[in-house]
Amino acid sequence: MTMEADQRRQANQRVVKRLGIAAMLMFGFGFALVPLYDVFCDITGLNGKTGRIELEQALSSTVDKDRLVTVEFLGTVHSDLPWEFKPMVRRVKVHPGEVTEVNYYARNLTDGQVAGQAIPSVAPGQAAKYFNKTECFCFTRQTLAAGEGKEMPLRFVVDPGLPEEVRTVSLSYTFFQAKDEVTTETISMEKGSLDSIL
Amino acid sequence: MSTATTHDEHHHGAPSGLMRWVKTTNHKDIGTLYLWFAFIMLLVGGAMAMVIRAELFQPGMQVVDPQFFNTMTTMHGLIMVFGAIMPAMVGFANWQIPMMIGAPDMALPRMNNWSFWILPFAGTMLVSTLFMEGGGPAFGWTFYAPLSTTFAPASTDFFIFAVHMLGFSSIMGAINIIATVLNMRAPGMTLMKMPLFVWTWFITAFLLIAVMPVLAGVVTMMLTDRNFGTSFFDAAGGGDPVLFQHVFWFFGHPEVYIMILPSFGIVSEIIPTFARKKLFGYSSMVYATASIAFLSFIVYAHHMFTTGMPVAGELYFMYATIMIAVPTAVKVFNWTATMWRGSMTFETPMLWAVGFVFLFTIGGFTGLMMGVAPTDMQYHDTYFIVAHFHYVLAAGALFAILGGVYYWIPKWTGNMYNERLGKIHFWWSAISINVLFFPQHFIGLAGMPRRIPDYSLQFADWNMISSLGGFAFGLAQIFFLFIVIKTIKGGEKASGQVWEGAEGLEWTVASPAPYHTFATAPEVK
Amino acid sequence: MFANTLRRALCSLWGALVLLGAGNAFAGYSDTINLVKGVTDISHKVYDLHMLVFWICVVVCVGVFAVLIYSIIYHRKSKGAKPATFHESTTVEIIWTTIPFLVLVVMAVPATTTLLALEDTRDADMSIQVTGYQWKWKYDYLDEDISFFSVLTTPREQIEGSEPKSENYLVEVDNPIVVPINKKIRFLITSNDVIHSWWVPALGWKQDAVPGFINDGWTELSEPGTYRGKCAELCGKDHGFMPIVLIAKTEEDYAAWVAEQKGAAEADAAAATQTWSMDDLIARGESVYNTNCAACHQANGAGIPGVFPAITGSAIATGDMAGHVDIVMNGKAGTAMQAFGAQLNDVDLAAVITFQRNALGNSAGDMVQPSDIAAAR
Repeated sequence: MTMEADQRRQANQRVVKRLGIAAMLMFGFGFALVPLYDVFCDITGLNGKTGRIELEQALSSTVDKDRLVTVEFLGTVHSDLPWEFKPMVRRVKVHPGEVTEVNYYARNLTDGQVAGQAIPSVAPGQAAKYFNKTECFCFTRQTLAAGEGKEMPLRFVVDPGLPEEVRTVSLSYTFFQAKDEVTTETISMEKGSLDSIL
Repeated sequence: MSTATTHDEHHHGAPSGLMRWVKTTNHKDIGTLYLWFAFIMLLVGGAMAMVIRAELFQPGMQVVDPQFFNTMTTMHGLIMVFGAIMPAMVGFANWQIPMMIGAPDMALPRMNNWSFWILPFAGTMLVSTLFMEGGGPAFGWTFYAPLSTTFAPASTDFFIFAVHMLGFSSIMGAINIIATVLNMRAPGMTLMKMPLFVWTWFITAFLLIAVMPVLAGVVTMMLTDRNFGTSFFDAAGGGDPVLFQHVFWFFGHPEVYIMILPSFGIVSEIIPTFARKKLFGYSSMVYATASIAFLSFIVYAHHMFTTGMPVAGELYFMYATIMIAVPTAVKVFNWTATMWRGSMTFETPMLWAVGFVFLFTIGGFTGLMMGVAPTDMQYHDTYFIVAHFHYVLAAGALFAILGGVYYWIPKWTGNMYNERLGKIHFWWSAISINVLFFPQHFIGLAGMPRRIPDYSLQFADWNMISSLGGFAFGLAQIFFLFIVIKTIKGGEKASGQVWEGAEGLEWTVASPAPYHTFATAPEVK
Repeated sequence: MFANTLRRALCSLWGALVLLGAGNAFAGYSDTINLVKGVTDISHKVYDLHMLVFWICVVVCVGVFAVLIYSIIYHRKSKGAKPATFHESTTVEIIWTTIPFLVLVVMAVPATTTLLALEDTRDADMSIQVTGYQWKWKYDYLDEDISFFSVLTTPREQIEGSEPKSENYLVEVDNPIVVPINKKIRFLITSNDVIHSWWVPALGWKQDAVPGFINDGWTELSEPGTYRGKCAELCGKDHGFMPIVLIAKTEEDYAAWVAEQKGAAEADAAAATQTWSMDDLIARGESVYNTNCAACHQANGAGIPGVFPAITGSAIATGDMAGHVDIVMNGKAGTAMQAFGAQLNDVDLAAVITFQRNALGNSAGDMVQPSDIAAAR
């Protein structure tokens, strides 16, 4: 009886240990889904994450003169960023493989320095991985002084491998308040408005 | 380990006083605690549903403000899922699994005590958010980011902590069940001889261990996004709000099977008993349960057809989703074949089980309709989905739970419930739940989104009917409380066998089941 | 194709039911009990698919329920039924596993073609950006330089019940989105804050608006008309109060509308250079307040304690003008207070600020002119 109970206890402890490890692994798996999701997005173009390549590489690609792709530009400012932001051109027609440069315009509407981060997105999603940029204001955080307005360049190339059925590519940028400066910004803005009240 | 000492305690019965419940490691006591906790939560969540239906009784804002309305829909969902259905199922598992497999108790009695006693604290913390400044969580039970991160009230951190605790409790409970099934079976009780209820719970326990940690992970990410400057779900920092939905539904879809698989188990126990005929296709039932559990991991993104998934993804998730109809259909066919040419009587448990089969089938079919991606573009986030998941979870899981209570309460208390009152409870509930949820199919198809506190005029008639059904259904469960208390207090004494057609080890012990059963393992031939 | 044959068969079955009179009661209610049929080719495809799947479900359901009910009636103990002893049959199991599988394959074929058509956004004639805000929609016509917000116009009195509800209760807006017929229109959908979902049932689809990302959808209407929809994804307090009204116009009418919009923009620009009286500003400010501010700060300016601050008696609305202008124009980071500088024109900003300072229980007594706002930009 006791021996049997002893064996049973050991068996139970084994189960607890194994399942406990399994549960912890699954907890880790939840976090592993984050990079896995990025890989998945890269493969499928989900959520329109665009690519970045070097200029030389872009210039070396062959231009497909027989095909024209319309590229539309959109600009959105997130509600927490007091900026004006818009594309200088609404749309261009480009040959795949051709390096093209366009400008966006952004202006800081506040009387303090504000940093923003632009996040790109492409529709339709399947075009995203064929849309490569060599230069973009979205690569780094952009800082604008009080009331400063600035043209922001974007140089891109559409990969000739773009599926035949895609004829229009829409590129959207959403400007967010740059994340790690949020706290200081909030304080300075509050201070600003406090000063003007007092 | 209590196995060695049970023999001495056998004649002493249960200790008395409050500390009995606090310190208990007895599976029957813990089962009772779980069931009462679930019942209280059912009434709390039900009261919230009454607020929702009162506000939607007619167009216009009458009863609550929109923010509080959102809090009600959120809390109703969370409480019903994590507070009522899941703990009730664990309660059944605690009471029945040891008795069904001839074990003296659960494998890990002390952990069992912990799993339960975490729950009241988690539940209290969740409910307490209602009284915090800024109100409780108001972002839906699916708590999509960024509404639940950047835009959520301060109480969200308490909600996150409550979910962590609930997850802990569930994982411990699941480990206990697996250990019990693996190590505590009586000699001769092979896996393929186990009652189907034990099988469904065994599989469910694995689902719990696989997905509850993922839920813990996703709320942890929310917590760090909210408080520690990470950007898992914030596009501004390179994250993605849609990622939240992927991680959430990786948990969320198996979660719905966690609620429904044990229901299948309960129904598969009740139907053969009252048909006086063995369950048809036992092994195919086991395989169907396992394949539903497996499929639940690879279909989750059908909740996200409208988020802008690539077409290839939509096609894959559509095909995989509608495949779930196959094992589910097999189950319904098996129950039908079990009843076919049986010798049926319709005591209250059987009524609930048959009601379950009918209504769950309807819910299953609307699920199939929504699995079809192009039509889901219309159904998604409307009252059609609300009707669907209430058919499978209220008319499904809750009906199975109520049936299970009637089926086993004579064994638990030693008293027969009042058959007449039980039947009234069933018919009252069955009619009102259809009045409540069937019209929601109509208003959903006609274009009413879910989670809105006020609606345009073309939805007025059906909403009023639905609300009336809702009030009646709510009242029926208060009536159930009365029936349960009446049964505990007294009634016709039940025999050990209780039901003429019942088979299984739990019916070989006396009613009420002694405090310690199977201290000496029974022989299973 | 088998699917079509099956559909025809089911349609005749439905026809038979209607002839029998069973459908009569349904017919009058078809608007409120069945899926919206919609007005586009795609919405009709979706509707047909919905009906196909629905009837397959009904037929299977009726079959299973018939067996169940027969068994419940005849195989009961009180009828003297003796239980049979069978409990297994591999053949039967294989048959009833295979048949549902085949039915699903039949369903998957039209589902796939419809889905591919639904997602085919290429070769659009024009693009409109749709941006969800808490709790309104913004439409940017990429080709026309037209951009406006679309806000619910149902008055509070109707919602709170002190006035009778109008016909388009909760599905009426100040500036509907206007589109031409017979053009393939591509919608580029995004959000400014939380996730919303843009849904006009008559078009046959909905699409989530996700902050930071764009999704696309398309439509091509053939008949002029007004189509109403709603936000379908929970987006906070006023999720139920951000409808969509889409008006389809003939090409000529659409051209006239575009010209009118451009004219209105010029008129606004002209109004911004004038000097306004306080009464005019307050009058205009009240309507601006009700459409843009009242959802959070409440119509009476009391706010919601702990969630949205009050305007009445607030340090900002009764204090220094510059601070007030600053918070309205630039918002407050980390809170629900948006930067309205980007959303409203100079006149509306001047009006709403003046209104907040001199109404809702406040009496600062000062006012701000549109030209001051322009200077502050």
